[in-house]
Amino acid sequence: MSIVLKIIVQRLGLGVVTLFVVSILIFTAVNMLPGDFAQAILGQGATPEAVASIRRDLGLDQPPVLRYFHWLAGAIQGDLGNSFAQANFASFVGSDSGGNKASVAAQIAPRFWNTMFLAGVTALIAVPFSVLLGILAALYRSSVFDKFTNIFTLSSISSPEFFLAYILILFLAVLNPWLPSLSNIYQGMGFGERLEKTLLPALTLTLVVTAHMMRMTRAAIINLLASPYIEMARLKGTSPMRVIVRHALPNALAPIINVIALNLAYLITGVVVVEVVFVYPGIGQLFVDSVKIRDIPVVQACCLIFAAAYILLNLTADIMSILSNPRLRHPK
Amino acid sequence: MIGISRRGLLKSGAAAGVLAATGLPVFAQAKRGGRLKVGLNGANTSDSWDGRTQSDIFMICSSQGAVFDSLTEVAADGSLVGELATDWEATPDAKTWTFNLRQGVTFHNGKAFGADDVIESLQLHVAEGSKSAAQPIVASITEMKKITDLQVQFTLRDGNADFPYLMSDYHLLMYPAGQIEEAIAIGIGTGLYKVQSFEPGVRMVATRVDSHYKDGASGWFDEIEYIAINDNTARMNALMTGQVDAINRIDFKTEALLKANPMIRIQEVTGNQHYTFPMLTNVAPFNDVNVRKALKYGINRQEMVDKILQGHGRVGNDTPIGPANQYFAGDMEQLAFDPDKAKFHLKEAGLDSINIDLSASNAAFEGAVDAAQLFQASSKGAGININLVQEPADGYWSNVWLKKPFCASYWSGRATEDWMFSSAYKEGVPWNDSQWGSDDSARFQDLLLTARAELDSAKRRDMYHEMQMILRDEGGVLVPMFANYVDAINNKIATPDTVGNLWQMDNARVAERWHMA
Repeated sequence: MSIVLKIIVQRLGLGVVTLFVVSILIFTAVNMLPGDFAQAILGQGATPEAVASIRRDLGLDQPPVLRYFHWLAGAIQGDLGNSFAQANFASFVGSDSGGNKASVAAQIAPRFWNTMFLAGVTALIAVPFSVLLGILAALYRSSVFDKFTNIFTLSSISSPEFFLAYILILFLAVLNPWLPSLSNIYQGMGFGERLEKTLLPALTLTLVVTAHMMRMTRAAIINLLASPYIEMARLKGTSPMRVIVRHALPNALAPIINVIALNLAYLITGVVVVEVVFVYPGIGQLFVDSVKIRDIPVVQACCLIFAAAYILLNLTADIMSILSNPRLRHPK
Repeated sequence: MIGISRRGLLKSGAAAGVLAATGLPVFAQAKRGGRLKVGLNGANTSDSWDGRTQSDIFMICSSQGAVFDSLTEVAADGSLVGELATDWEATPDAKTWTFNLRQGVTFHNGKAFGADDVIESLQLHVAEGSKSAAQPIVASITEMKKITDLQVQFTLRDGNADFPYLMSDYHLLMYPAGQIEEAIAIGIGTGLYKVQSFEPGVRMVATRVDSHYKDGASGWFDEIEYIAINDNTARMNALMTGQVDAINRIDFKTEALLKANPMIRIQEVTGNQHYTFPMLTNVAPFNDVNVRKALKYGINRQEMVDKILQGHGRVGNDTPIGPANQYFAGDMEQLAFDPDKAKFHLKEAGLDSINIDLSASNAAFEGAVDAAQLFQASSKGAGININLVQEPADGYWSNVWLKKPFCASYWSGRATEDWMFSSAYKEGVPWNDSQWGSDDSARFQDLLLTARAELDSAKRRDMYHEMQMILRDEGGVLVPMFANYVDAINNKIATPDTVGNLWQMDNARVAERWHMA
C-alpha cells in the first residue's frame, strides 16, 4: 500500500502548488478585466468621489501585488477574506452589522452544498446509466442499438448545454408539464421537492457527460474482447453477458474510472451555464454574479474550489486505477 | 390632453387591445386570498432590508412594495397620498413642513409607530459614512422636530414644494426606532406583509398581517413569494410553465410567444424611463446651438421606437419629463425627423457638413449601438456624418459617460420635475451629462430655482412647461424615446384598471394592488 500513500502525498503537494498558480492566474485575470468592483456596483452613479470612497473602504486603492499577498496570507490561515459585495454593504450601513455574513466562506457554503447536491443527483443517474449503456453497446456492438446509442450520446455531447437544457424544458416542462423548469431550491425545502426541482438540471448534465463515459466503457471492453483469456472464456461456453461483466469489465475498470472521475469533476466545475438557465442557486451562479461585479474574493474562492475538485478527483482516479489493478497493487 | 386624467392616456393602445381581446374581467371585484408568485430580475446576493442600499426592482417590490411603508405614496393614478402620514402642510415659503402621522399603526413586532421612528429612520441616510442614494433628500432637511407622538415638523434649507413627493422615495423606509439594526437584519416594517423567509439573490416569502390600516383598500393575497430570476429566458419559461404568476421585463424578441399563450397577458405602461444621447454643450461643436438643432432634426425618433423598442415606447421630445410626471407637457409640439431643417440649421452654424464621433455601448441601454447606427443612417442625408465609436460595456459609466462629448445614455426618470432637473440639468451637478448651464440658458436655471419653492400648482405648471420647451428647442440632450415598462401576467391574477407607471410592476406594489381573478 506504500505506493498509494506515496502517490497521495506527492499529488497533494503538487495540488497545493497548482492551487497557488491558479490563484495567481485568476487574480491577474480579474484585475485585467476592464472596470473594477466600485465601477461595476455604482454603474451610472459612478462619480469619481463615490468610486474612490468604495475603493478606499475595500482597499482597492492599494497596488494589486500587495492586495494579492494580503489575500494569500489570509488564505493560508484558512481565511478567504470578505466578499466585496457584503463588505461594501456593511460600509454602507456605517457599521459592520453584516457581521459574519460578509465572509466568503459563509456566502459560498450554502451554494456549494447545492452544487454538490446537483452533482450527486447527476452522478447517481449518469454513472450507472452510461456504464450500462457502454456494456450493452459493447455486447451488441455494430447493431442498430449500438449505433443509435452512439449517435444519441454524441449529438448530446456536441450540443451546447443551454440548448440541451431548453430542449428538455420544451419537452418535459412546456409541452408535457411533468417537471418544473425553475430549480429555485431553498433552505428548508423537503427532500422530495428538492429532488423534483433538481431533476431537470440533473438530466441536462447527464446528457452532457454520458457520451464520454459510455464510449470509454464500450471501447475499453471491446479492446479486451480480442484477448486470449476472453476467447478462452467464450470457448468454455460462458454467455456473452457474463463474459463481459465477469471477465472483461474488471480489467477495463481503470480507464473507465479515470473517465468517470474526470466527468464528476466536470459536474462541479461545468455547471455554470446549467445553473443560470435553471435558476439553480449553486456555486456556478454565484460565480457568474461575482465575475459580473468583479468581486475578486468570491471569484478566487470559487476558482479554488473548482481547481481543488479537479485535483482531488484526478487523484482519486489514479488511486482507484491502482487499486483495481493487482499488478500495480503488488509491484515487484 | 387637457381635461383627461394624465394617467388615462398612459395605457398604450396595444395593451388595451390585448385586455379587450382576452375578455379579462378588468373590473373584477378584489377579494382576499390566494398566493402570489412573481419572478423578478435585479436580484443580488448582496440584497438586504436596508433601504439605503436598494436600487433594483427585486428589493423595491419586496421592501416598499410589501414589507415596509414610507410616509407618502404615489398612487397608481400619479397622485400623492398618505401612507404612514395622513396629511401634511407647509408654510408659504415651502420651507417648513408638518406631517401628521397615522394613528394605531404597529410594526410587525408589535411596536407602535410614531414620530421617533420617522426621525430615526430618516437620520439613517445622513449617518456618518452612509452612502445612501437618498442622502441629498434628507440632507436638505436642516431640522427634524417631534411635535407630538404623531406629528413631525421638518425645516428645509431651501423651500421645496415637492417635499412630500420626495418622502415617497423607495429608499426612505420607516423602521422601528431603537431596533433598526434588528429590523434591517430580519425585515421588520409596518407593511401589509410580514417576512417569512428571505434568501438574498434567491427568494423572499411573506405572509399577510392579520389586521392592517390598508385593510379593504389593498393587500389581497394571503402569501406572496418573489423569486429571483435574473435570466430573461428562464423568467419567461417560469411564466409559460405556470411556476410563477407574473414576471417583469419581458424580452421583446419572444413577445409573440407570450402573446400566443391564452393564459398570459402583457401589461405595459409608459413611464419616465428614457434613452438619451447627451452631448457636452461646453465642447465644440456642441456649444453651437445650431449644431444641436441640426442633430435634433437629423434623428428619426419614430424609427427608433419602432425598431429599438419594437413599438414598446413613445417618442421623446428632448426633455427628461415623462408621462409619469405631474407637469409633463404632452401637448407640446413634437420634434419630427426633417433632414431639410437639419441642413438649414447646419448652414446657420456656417457648415455644409459636419463630422461627429458618437460613443455607444449596449451598457447604456439595450440596443444603444443599433440606435446609434440608425441615427448615423438617418442623419447622413442632412450632411451630418456620425462616426460610431463602439465602447466596451465594462466601465462605460466611468470612462465614457460624462467624459466623451457625445454618447449614449439612459435615465430611469424621477418622480418630480424638480428632482429630475436638479439631478441632471442643474448647473454644476455631477450627473449633468450635457454640462447644461446658465451659459446655455440662464432662464432655465432661474426657473429651476423659482419653481421649486412655488406652492401654486398652476404657476408651477407654466414654469415647468417653459423649461421643457427650452430643452426641446435648445437642450443638449437628445431624448429620442421613452421605453415602456412591460410586464407579463397570468390571467389567474387580476390587476386594477389603472396601473402605476412610475416604476415597473405597478410601481413595485404588486403585492398590495393585485389580487386573484
